Amino acid sequence: MMNKLRRVINAGFINFKRNGLISWASVLVVTVTLSVITGIILLQAILNFSLEQIKNKVDVTIYFTVDAPEVKIMSLKESIEKLPEVAEVTYTSADEALALFRERHSDDYPTIQALDEINENPLGAYLNIRAKEVSQYESIANFLSSDDALVLGSSSIIDKVNYHQNKVVIERLNSIISGAQKLGFLVTLFLVIISVIITFNTIRLAIFIAKEEIGVMRLVGASKMRVRGPFVVEGAIYGVIATILSTLIFWPITAWLGHNMTNFLGVNIYDYYVSNFFQIFLIVLLSGIALGVVSSLLAIRRYLNR
Amino acid sequence: MIYFNNVSKKYDKDSTALEDVNLTIKAGEFVSIVGHSGAGKTTLAKMILAEEKPTTGSICFESVDVHKLKSKDLTKLRQRIGAVFQDFKLLTNKTAFENIAFAMEAVGKSDEEIMNDVPHVLELVDLQNKIFHFPHQMSGGEKQRLAIARAIINQPEIIIADEPTGNLDPVSTYEVIQILKKINDLGTTVILTTHNRGVVESVGKRVITMEKGKVVRDDKDGKYVI
Repeated sequence: MMNKLRRVINAGFINFKRNGLISWASVLVVTVTLSVITGIILLQAILNFSLEQIKNKVDVTIYFTVDAPEVKIMSLKESIEKLPEVAEVTYTSADEALALFRERHSDDYPTIQALDEINENPLGAYLNIRAKEVSQYESIANFLSSDDALVLGSSSIIDKVNYHQNKVVIERLNSIISGAQKLGFLVTLFLVIISVIITFNTIRLAIFIAKEEIGVMRLVGASKMRVRGPFVVEGAIYGVIATILSTLIFWPITAWLGHNMTNFLGVNIYDYYVSNFFQIFLIVLLSGIALGVVSSLLAIRRYLNR
Repeated sequence: MIYFNNVSKKYDKDSTALEDVNLTIKAGEFVSIVGHSGAGKTTLAKMILAEEKPTTGSICFESVDVHKLKSKDLTKLRQRIGAVFQDFKLLTNKTAFENIAFAMEAVGKSDEEIMNDVPHVLELVDLQNKIFHFPHQMSGGEKQRLAIARAIINQPEIIIADEPTGNLDPVSTYEVIQILKKINDLGTTVILTTHNRGVVESVGKRVITMEKGKVVRDDKDGKYVI
């Protein structure tokens, strides 16, 4: 068995070497396909990063009345934190809110002067809530408006919840994000299907050229496995070489993008590529080998039954 | 050994390759099948290798209908038959050595056997100097001798030679026929299809004559008569 396997692998390598231009043409096409896959991985990273940035900018704030006791606010905070949709709740006390207000309006002299004249803190404390998903803000807001869900009597200390003011913006953002994700998936699927079809046809053409030889091998009494094996090994070799080529090609491309486009893209694509290199390499390698092997298996099938 | 029972082959309504052929070929025979182009000689040869299926009738190798064999058993059957063709059917990407080694690998011979036997068989067909040549670096006669070497390497029970001299000059034709005769002398059944009168008469053994898909003559020690 090991002897047979060794012969098949050996024949695959020899065939690859002797087929010369045909082998390299197939490698080129697989390289293009794998480059599309690598490009899609990087584009997804940019898209996800951008969407994450947008998501992080969305939140809901509960403003409390000026005389709301801190104990009540903290117990409300705890009960909100227990909600599964909630990612993070941050508390800003009335004093901190005032300090932040002063800082924000430090250039606005009349406002600061008016604040000094009041001589007491007109601002209440507030809780800032970030949900895990943008789509979950509505359910959090609904939860907050239902008195039973909160700590008894807490609705009396809530001045306002700004979700209802931001509702339109949040809903619009939510539909943009899910639209962008769906579009990204469809574009990915389309590109992958096109690339796979082109690769399959190229490998099919390479095997079509060898169809006479396949018939001869069967006539001299070679088993289907013995005939099929070297073509499958050749397919795997296309995948491995194409993986090496495509990952090498992306090295300078991502370096250039990282150097020149980081501000525009919002993420340093070179850093992303380098730090995730082994995962990307593994995905591309497995895709390349699977593409080569499956294409060879499918292409040779019709010539074997003779 | 080989039995053709009422074998007919029709490609379509107007094209009949074989019509009601009944034949028996015994072990150790040298049978020449002769006839004009299109007489059905090649179809007959292909049917023994199960390359072509009969429309009606059956072809039996010993007691087994070759067209009812499963893929695995058909592979085993083909390992017992050596085939030589007019267009050589060599593996163009492999050297002379590798072409023969491939046939040996197919039947599961060890590396040691391959290293020992391949140079011997190449010497037998006078190709010892072409061991690492590819088919495209060889003449027609050399290619055919290589094809014969490949056909005999596993000591098959039958050699089917389908117009093996069709593309060869008279000297190469003579050499190929001498090799086939020698193989037959050693006990292997040889089935030769040809339309070369000189070849048939130099063999001087059983001759089956075909015309328009039918067997019209079957002569022991026959001659080419059409």
